[in-house]
Amino acid sequence: MYKMNCDVCIVGGGPAGLSAAVAAKKSGAENVLIVERDEALGGILQQCIHPGFGLKLFKEELTGPEYYGRFVDEAKELGVNTLLNSMVLEVGANTVTCINSELGVCEISAKSIVLSMGCRERTRANIMIPGTRPAGVYTAGTAQRLINRQNEMVGKKVVILGSGDIGMIMARRMTLEGAKVEAVVEIMDFLAGLTRNRVQCLDDFGIPLLLSHTIVNIKGNDRVESVVIAEVDENKKPIMSTAREIECDTVLLSVGLIPENELTSNAKIEISPITKGPKVNQYMQTSIESVFACGNVVHVNDLVDNVSTESKKAGESAAAYAAGTLHTSGAVTVETGENVRYVCPQTVVPADEKVDLYFRVMKPQKNVVITVSDGDNVLLSRKAIKVNPGEMEKVTVSVKDISSLKVSVKEA
Amino acid sequence: MKADVLVIGAGAVGTAITRELTKYRLNVICVDKREDVGGDCSKSNSAIIHTGYDAKPGTLESELVVSANPQYDKLTKDLDIPFKRIGAILPAITDEQFAQLPEIKEKALKNRVYDVEYLSKEKILEIEPNINPDVKGGLFIPRESIIDAFIYVVAMAENAVANGAKFMLNTEVTGIRKEGDRVVGAETTNGYIEADYIVNAAGLFCDDIANMVGKYDYTVVPRKGQFYILDKNTGCKVNHIVLPIPTKVTKGKLMTPTIHGNMLVGPTAEDLEDKFDKSTNTEGLNSIRDDVQKLIPGVMLQDTITQFSGLRANRNPEGLNIDVYDDVKHYVNLSGVRSTGLTNSVSIGSYVANLLKDIGLKMEFKDNFIEKRKGIVCMRELSREEQHKKIIENPLYGNIVCRCESVTEGEIVDAIHSPIPATSVDAIKRRLRAGMGRCQGGFCGPKVIEILARELKVDPKDIRKNNSKSYMVCGKVK
Repeated sequence: MYKMNCDVCIVGGGPAGLSAAVAAKKSGAENVLIVERDEALGGILQQCIHPGFGLKLFKEELTGPEYYGRFVDEAKELGVNTLLNSMVLEVGANTVTCINSELGVCEISAKSIVLSMGCRERTRANIMIPGTRPAGVYTAGTAQRLINRQNEMVGKKVVILGSGDIGMIMARRMTLEGAKVEAVVEIMDFLAGLTRNRVQCLDDFGIPLLLSHTIVNIKGNDRVESVVIAEVDENKKPIMSTAREIECDTVLLSVGLIPENELTSNAKIEISPITKGPKVNQYMQTSIESVFACGNVVHVNDLVDNVSTESKKAGESAAAYAAGTLHTSGAVTVETGENVRYVCPQTVVPADEKVDLYFRVMKPQKNVVITVSDGDNVLLSRKAIKVNPGEMEKVTVSVKDISSLKVSVKEA
Repeated sequence: MKADVLVIGAGAVGTAITRELTKYRLNVICVDKREDVGGDCSKSNSAIIHTGYDAKPGTLESELVVSANPQYDKLTKDLDIPFKRIGAILPAITDEQFAQLPEIKEKALKNRVYDVEYLSKEKILEIEPNINPDVKGGLFIPRESIIDAFIYVVAMAENAVANGAKFMLNTEVTGIRKEGDRVVGAETTNGYIEADYIVNAAGLFCDDIANMVGKYDYTVVPRKGQFYILDKNTGCKVNHIVLPIPTKVTKGKLMTPTIHGNMLVGPTAEDLEDKFDKSTNTEGLNSIRDDVQKLIPGVMLQDTITQFSGLRANRNPEGLNIDVYDDVKHYVNLSGVRSTGLTNSVSIGSYVANLLKDIGLKMEFKDNFIEKRKGIVCMRELSREEQHKKIIENPLYGNIVCRCESVTEGEIVDAIHSPIPATSVDAIKRRLRAGMGRCQGGFCGPKVIEILARELKVDPKDIRKNNSKSYMVCGKVK
C-alpha cells in the first residue's frame, strides 16, 4: 500500500473542497491535500456551463467553470496538493484510504480531515413513480453531464418532474439544444427552486410549469413513450380524474438532492436525520473532532456562494485543529422554532464571535419576523417580506455567553 | 448454420439445457431474441433456490425442484456463483395460521423434504427479531437459499461456451421448418438454422413457438410479480427468507436479504394477458406494504432503491410440462415453468438431455468437459492488499466507475470482453451491479455508456439500455 502524510486532507475537490483547501492553506496549514475522484477539480460545477454563479461572493455573474476556476487558480498558487482519479473508500479520525489507478491503494495520514463529497440526486425509485422501466428516464444532473461534458443529447421530447434548480436549468438547456420541453411538473403548490430560475429558464422560453401536479405513470417498453400526469389534492394524492397522457421520449427528474454521506456514516460520525448530513458546530466540526465537513455534504445549498463561505470556515478550522489551536467545548444545540425545518450549524460553541446561522423554512410565508433568541433574551429580530423552502435564509448573531439558541419565523 | 440441437431461449432453463448438452459430443446452439442471456422471468424474480417443501406432491415440478436443490452447493462453487444457504422461516402470526403448520410440514414430508423443523415463538424472535411479536410459532426450512440469479445464468452460459456451445443473441425465431412429422430447423432474424433436434425453452413465449410446430394445446398466462428492493442500509432487516403461511389463493409476499445484502420485498401475483407488461403500479406496491407489514411490522419501504416487476410464465391449463409428440418428432416442448423455474433449471437440464436420448438423439459422453468457470474479479470483495496488487497489474482496476457498488472500469472492460459479452447498459449492471446501488446509475450511467462505446467501437447513440429500441442518447449536441 502507498502511504502519504499531510496536515489537512480534503475529501472531494468540488467548490466546497476547493474553498476549504484555499482557506486551510491561507490559515497556515503547510501540507493541504485534496483527494478527488474525478479526473479534474471543480466537482459538479464542471457541467454547470450556465451563468448565475458568484453574484454574492464576487459581485459578478460567472459560469460554473469560471467560478471554480478562480479557486483552482488560487489553490495552485498557494501550493495545495491534489490527488485526482482517486476514490476514497474509508475515512477514520486521522486516516483517509483511497484507491488510485497509478498508486494503487493509498493510505493518507492527516492531522485533520475535511469532508466535502457533495450530494447526489434523488431517483425515480425514491419517489416511487410506477410504470415500466424504459431507457430515457434520467435525473436532471445525469442528463446535464451527458449533454455538457459528453456532448450527447439525451432526447427530443421531454417532461421534467420537479421544479428544482437543476430541473429548470435543464429545461432551458434542452430547449436551446432543440428539444421540446412539454412541461415542468411540480407536486408542491410552490416552486422548489429559485424564483430567478423560473423566470430565466421557464417563463422566457414559454415552458409551462404545472404546480400541484405529478407523474403517475411512465409508459414504454424500450424507450419512454409517454407519461401520465395528474393534479394532486392537498395531501399530495393524485386526482385520477384529472389524469392526462403526454407523449415524450425522455423524463428528467429534479426531485431533490441527498448529501452523500456513506463515508461519514461508516466513520460513525453523527448524522442529522433532517439534513441527512453530519451535525456540525460553527467551526464545521463533526462529532469526530478531527473531522470537519462543508458544502452539500452537510446540507443541500441553493447557492454555491454560500457553500464557498461555509467551506472557508471549515478550512480555517481544520487548519487550526491541525495546528492544535482550535478548542471547542460546551456547545449548545440550536433549536428549531416555528416554521424552521433545520438550522446549520446544529450546535454552537459559546465564544466571543459572530456566527452565521443558515436555515430553511418548512413552508412559504409572507411578512414574517425572524427571531434568534437565548431563552427570553432576543439576540436578533429581523423582518422579511417572504420566506420560501427553496431559498436558504441566513442570520448572523453574536454568541458570547449564550446558554441556548433558538431560531423561529413568525407572522409579523 | 447447423446444429445437432437448437435450444430456443437463453433464460435459466434454456441455458441449463444447453450446458448439460455440452457434456456430450454435440453441436449445440442456443438462440435468444434478447441482447443478453438471462431471459425475462429468470432475471426478475426473488432469486430463491427452493427446496420444494410446498410443491404439489407427486408432480414433475416437485420431483425436479426437490432433486435440484442439493445440486447448488457444488454447482455454485464450480461456476463461481454467489450463493448462500440462509434458510427460510414461516412465522404463524394468527392462531389460524398456527393450526396450519402441521399440514405444511406433512406436505414437505410428502415432497421428501425431511429437514423442516418447528420453531417456537421465542426461537423465532431470537433469530429474527424484526418479525411481528404476535408470532405464535413457525417452521424453519433450512435449505431454502438465495443466489445471484443474473450471475447464475451468465455463469452457466459461459461454461457452456467454454465447452463448445454457441449462443446467438438478438436472434428471434420466426418460424420452424418441418419435414414430414419431424422438425428440421428454425427460421430466425439471423438466418436459417438447420437443427436435428429443437428444444423450446422460450418461457413466456413458449406458446408462440409451440404454435409454429402446430401445437395449440396451451397458452401462456403471464403472472406478474412486483417487488421492492431496499437499500443495504435500511434500518429494518431480516436474516432469513421470511415467508408468509400460504393461503388458498396465494403463496403471499415475502421479505428476504438478497445475496448482495439488500432487502427484497414482494411479490404480488397478478394474471395478465400482455406478455410485455412489466410495469409496476401503486395498487400492487401498496398491497406489498400492507401484507409484509403483517409479518415484519417495522419494514421501511421508504428505503427503497428500486421497484420492479417480473412475469412468471404460467400456463393454462396449469402445470409444468415437458412434452414430446408423436406427430412432431425431434422436438421437446417446455411449458409452465414458473416460480420454481430458476431452481428447477439445473434438473430440467438433465431431464431434457435424457428425454432427447429417448427420442433418438445420439449422445456420447465427452471426457474433456470443463466443470469450472471463474467469474470476473470483484474488486470490492478483495482485501486492501489484493486490491493494491490488482491495480498495479492493471490500472483500470483502480478507476471506480460505480460509486455505490464500487465497480471499477477494469471489471466493466472484463465484462464487455467476456465469453458472453455484455453489450448493453443493463448487461453490465446485471453482471457487476454498476447502476444497481442507491443512485441507480445517476453517476455511473454516463461513464458506462462511454466505456461501452469505446470498447465496442461504436457511437454512444448505438448503446442500448437492453433491447434494440432502448437507446440511451440520441446523437451529439448542436
